[in-house]
Amino acid sequence: MTFLGWLLIFGFAVILTLLALPLGRYMAAVYTGERTILDPILRRPERLLYRVMRVDTGQGQDWKAYAKSLIVFSLAGWLLLYFVLRTQTLWNFTGLNPQHFHSGTWDLSFNTTSSFLTNTNWQYYGGETTLSYFSQMVGLTVQNFLSAAVGIVVAVALIRGIIGRTGKSLGNFWQDLVRTVLYVLAPIAIVAAFVLVFQGSIQNFSHYLGLSTLTHLPQVIGMGPVASQEAIKLLGTNGGGFFNVNSAHPFENPTGFTNLLEMLLVLVIPAALIFMYGRMSGNRRQGYTLYAVVMVMFLGACAVAYIAEAHGSPAQHAAGLHTGVVAGSTGGNMEGKEQRFGIAGSALFDVITTVTSCGAVNSALESFTGIGGAVPFANLSASETIFGGVGTGLYSLLLYVILAVFIGGLMVGRTPEFLGKKIEAREVKLTIIALLATPLMALFCTAMGVATRSGRASLSAAATGPQGFSETFYAYLSQANNNGSAFAGYTGYLQPNAGNVGAHGVTFADLLGGFDMLVARYMPILFALAIAGALAGKRVSPAGLGTMRTDNPTFGVLLIGVIVLVGALTFFPALLLGPIVQGLTGHLY
Amino acid sequence: MKKDLITSAIGIVVLTLLLGIVYPLVITGVSQVAFPGNANGQQVFVHGRLVGSKLIGQPFADQVVKNGKPQVDKNGNPVTTPDPRYFQTRPSATVPADNAAGTAFSNLGPNNVATEQAIAANVQTYLGLEKPYDPRLTAAHVPVDAVDSSASGIDPDISVANADIQAHRIAAVRHLTLAQVDALVAKYTGGRGLGFSGEPGVNVLQLNLALDRLTGGR
Repeated sequence: MTFLGWLLIFGFAVILTLLALPLGRYMAAVYTGERTILDPILRRPERLLYRVMRVDTGQGQDWKAYAKSLIVFSLAGWLLLYFVLRTQTLWNFTGLNPQHFHSGTWDLSFNTTSSFLTNTNWQYYGGETTLSYFSQMVGLTVQNFLSAAVGIVVAVALIRGIIGRTGKSLGNFWQDLVRTVLYVLAPIAIVAAFVLVFQGSIQNFSHYLGLSTLTHLPQVIGMGPVASQEAIKLLGTNGGGFFNVNSAHPFENPTGFTNLLEMLLVLVIPAALIFMYGRMSGNRRQGYTLYAVVMVMFLGACAVAYIAEAHGSPAQHAAGLHTGVVAGSTGGNMEGKEQRFGIAGSALFDVITTVTSCGAVNSALESFTGIGGAVPFANLSASETIFGGVGTGLYSLLLYVILAVFIGGLMVGRTPEFLGKKIEAREVKLTIIALLATPLMALFCTAMGVATRSGRASLSAAATGPQGFSETFYAYLSQANNNGSAFAGYTGYLQPNAGNVGAHGVTFADLLGGFDMLVARYMPILFALAIAGALAGKRVSPAGLGTMRTDNPTFGVLLIGVIVLVGALTFFPALLLGPIVQGLTGHLY
Repeated sequence: MKKDLITSAIGIVVLTLLLGIVYPLVITGVSQVAFPGNANGQQVFVHGRLVGSKLIGQPFADQVVKNGKPQVDKNGNPVTTPDPRYFQTRPSATVPADNAAGTAFSNLGPNNVATEQAIAANVQTYLGLEKPYDPRLTAAHVPVDAVDSSASGIDPDISVANADIQAHRIAAVRHLTLAQVDALVAKYTGGRGLGFSGEPGVNVLQLNLALDRLTGGR
């Protein structure tokens, strides 16, 4: 460990907070219809879009109408993306398939489509060896924007339900969607893409570069429109890399500076949403309390991961390596890490992308030490409450808040109230179902994965002992949380070295994973909207002496306790079998 | 319901045009004008010949020739041996090594025998190459980045400690003083982002090109 390593972690937290505060204020203006700084430029295209899409913005929607629009729109997106992936060769005339990759197989395309629709971006395919530039742009980049927008609008609708005092309206889905894309995602993504190119990311439509190296060996270098996809991949907490190795690739993440930029892009919207919630609910302290709660858990995860990775792995020590800091090298577990990011930059990046639903990686999670690798597991076990994905994080966190209010109410023997609204049996039931959907899917699919021969076909050959269980568990946990990072030895696609000719999907893993992602995405969304509907228009009773406050440190501690307890009770047995065994023994398998 | 269907259908098409075609084209157009070098991958030419990209690691190795025949493995990839005249990049898990059109992690677990064996083999290779020029070297002196495979498989950088050890070999083979080589290493060592993000790395391709310019290439 080094001083600069710790400075990166804590400095990052400070910069993030300074960026998220103004963005939260701006986003609150976007969703309450106040004037924003971008109105003069975007007002006209926005109106034009409403006219073309035949949206009546004056019409509010109750939760059922809102949910119906969301589901129908998602279905349309699913069909289009599946079509694009399956007909990849059909678009060769555009010149955007210079390597002449084949179209996807049905099982792999099912998995990939479900993956990008649900903001998961789980990748069984290798980007630069399977997908044309056309599929990456027209297929994946589009869903990188739209799946992120869908997540954000659900959070906005839930907030409106929580604060709404009259009527059943949660707002208008189409208006929220368009405003999210135009006012929030697109402007930041455009600026970020240019900064990435300025720092060394590529952006072209060339053939792959074939060359003879300095010592006359053949090398082929993958090209493509990388920066435009990279920017939204991070900003929308999507995480699907243009290249197979994701943000470890020098063209996706060329420098230490871009590494910092990419980490900020991932967390800035989830962090801003918490402040936005504070503003919209008229109780900024509430926002600050929630922010403090997630920041404490986040920094704890960073510290554990950094200490563990800086310590080095049992395999390194068995091979006789010294893994401490020496002049000119910070030591540590550099297996599967890039020199320009170092141990701290890799540990921090991977904590950030696993607390959110981003799932981008700049180092190989599978090569993390047992304890370092247990951190992503724990982050996923917290079900996206520690910042979480764009939107998904905030609504998951708010559901936990409702649960904590309920438990707190039981403990002191009062009717639980949240922002003056009574939390009754109906809300609590819906909350519990919404919160348990994701863990149930993760555990069910993991059990299927390890108990069946078809499931074990996906394991990598080197994954012996607990590593095999970790791989499987992580695969289905990650897909259920719509995260998309991987212990990447686990495969759903068998690909020969040259191109994708003769490649085929592992049908079982593709289908089970796709099912896992779809259920674990849309069930919580529907229940979150139902809760919003149940809370909307409820009578607000004035706060009295007996009201349990939800904006003070006591409640913060209670909330952390509830999140940790639910996560631990659900996942501890499974965690023991995988990463914790590895982390505690130092034994080689 | 019908209204939702119509709006969805129009919406997905219009937004696809905007986000999937207009957005990437605008970024590409502006990038190609404003930063053409970066946007096309910082290509490096020597005497007009494309030899690589500054950002992409490459193997500094020679193909093994036996009985006048260049050797290939069962997949048809060249069998190589490190070229002692050049600084060496980090171990790569891609097939073949440093494959920039099929990047991959090693996915070697922290507690696996396979990992220990891979690292031990890399240590032997490293010591075999460097020990003749620095007899005090042992496994415990080998910098971790020199024997752990990189994430991308095409890491362009090595640590300063790694470069400092290899400098002994380079100086001897190229008949330079250690000070001359160390000066070049320092010249091609990158800094941290904003002074605190990431670790300094030595860009191996640029360093080797500079050596060739100094003492003549091949």
